[in-house]
Amino acid sequence: MSGQTFQLHVNGTSYAVTAPDRKTLGDALREDCGLTGTHLGCEQGVCGTCTVIVDGRPVRSCLMFARQAEGAQIRTVEGLAQGERLHPLQQAFIDAHALQCGFCTPGFLMLIVGALEQDPDMTEDELAEVLSSNLCRCTGYAAIAKAALAAYPRPATPAE
Amino acid sequence: MKAPPFTLHRPATVDEAAGLLAALADEGALVLAGGQSLVPMMALRLAYPPDLIDINGIAGLDRIELSGDHLAIGALARHHDFRRSVVPGPFGALLARISHEIAHYPIRTRGTFCGSLAHADPASEWCLTAATLGAEMVLRSQAGERAVPVADWFEGAMATVREPEELLVEVRLSRPAEGSAWGFYEFNRRAGDFAIGAALAGYRLEGGAMRDVHVGIGAIEEVPRRLGEVEAALEGQPPGPEAFRTAARIAAGAVEPLEDFATPADYRRDLAVTAIERALAEAALAQPGQRGMAA
Ligand SMILES: Cc1cc2nc3c(=O)[nH]c(=O)nc-3n(C[C@H](O)[C@H](O)[C@H](O)COP(=O)(O)OP(=O)(O)OC[C@H]3O[C@@H](n4cnc5c(N)ncnc54)[C@H](O)[C@@H]3O)c2cc1C
Ligand code: FES
Ligand code: FES
Repeated sequence: MSGQTFQLHVNGTSYAVTAPDRKTLGDALREDCGLTGTHLGCEQGVCGTCTVIVDGRPVRSCLMFARQAEGAQIRTVEGLAQGERLHPLQQAFIDAHALQCGFCTPGFLMLIVGALEQDPDMTEDELAEVLSSNLCRCTGYAAIAKAALAAYPRPATPAE
Repeated sequence: MKAPPFTLHRPATVDEAAGLLAALADEGALVLAGGQSLVPMMALRLAYPPDLIDINGIAGLDRIELSGDHLAIGALARHHDFRRSVVPGPFGALLARISHEIAHYPIRTRGTFCGSLAHADPASEWCLTAATLGAEMVLRSQAGERAVPVADWFEGAMATVREPEELLVEVRLSRPAEGSAWGFYEFNRRAGDFAIGAALAGYRLEGGAMRDVHVGIGAIEEVPRRLGEVEAALEGQPPGPEAFRTAARIAAGAVEPLEDFATPADYRRDLAVTAIERALAEAALAQPGQRGMAA
């Protein structure tokens, strides 16, 4: 593939990527780094299945060009588990039946982990608003919310 | 779809960016800020810029700073950076409240305040905020710097007076009057969608009467703006549901609503009235002594 050669740092590993400028971060993760856990759906910022964490913040990897992520620390769903031990949110998804077809799951995991690491003091209402960022056509969201709350318990909203 | 081919430039300074724009803007080069509007437009093949000038590597452009009578917002201040008050008091609370209405969390982490003003979508919350509170857009090119007041900024839907070779380096958002309180309301069909109609309203109380009344509408017309007729009807009156309703109804005759296949003009006309009424009601709740966004 033609284009410039640059490094992407993903889940602690460096990958040399040669890609044209128009290649998105999402496509580069899948095609050039072989990390196919990140899914691409709409490719226009709407569905959120492509969500990854860049320098601590969850972003749509279809709306960033790969070269823009040069020098950044990128985290994808492949980096969540520690060896055989699942991330608490992954385990909570299994326990709460928060996935059916699973197409949206990597995006939801990175969205929730990224948003709650960035804003650990987020309220339950704010968490619900965060979950509205991504689309799931199977579960109806209730189980996803349940899993998120199980992995990241929120203090009860203070009485007014 | 994928974006059409282009060359990505990554300047490290504003001067370098201005130089690239001077050389390439005539051929259609565009500034790439958060990319949350431009990249979807490229993927949908609505935009074909041969060159993108990515400003994300320019140090110092992310500043948000209170300076005299305004808040200086640099070109890389993200929507997300406003989620917790950036300045103490009601001004910061108002901006935080509004930021949560823009798109979704992972879009706000990238999208920029200045990018919203440059893009000039009729439904942009930040464009409505700038139009209602007052703002100045600071433009930089190789020829120098100029500042454009918000009243002269918008030329139509997604059109501004910015020349292609100019970089919007900063927006200076006017600080609301001491003691004023604000309310915001927007309607859309799904959380995070673009607004179908929105209003921002504020005033301060003096001897029980409303003063310094500001009422702005967004997503209703091609360009967000203040409604002088509605403001005049409220100025000097005591606040209350009757006064709000009577004044808001004036908007129905004052606006020229946008129309699309799902939303007829009359729908937006009604929505303008409702949005103004609800924004005013929220401002009333926020008056000093009440809980909310009061100075
Ligand atoms: C699913 C989705 C939902 C959204 N919902 C909303 C919403 O509800 N409300 C809302 O307001 N927005 C919404 N947006 C858009 C988002 O807020 C964008 O971030 C914003 O419109 C543009 O800012 P940006 O920094 O991303 O600009 P970009 O996409 O990088 O640029 C947009 C345009 O402005 C120009 N530009 C940007 N910065 C500058 C500059 N400093 N100087 C000169 N030109 C510049 C670019 O050349 C381009 O033409 C949504 C986006 C998505 C994908
Ligand atoms: S593929 Fe990125 S948001 Fe849908
Ligand atoms: S589990 Fe199928 S889309 Fe979410």
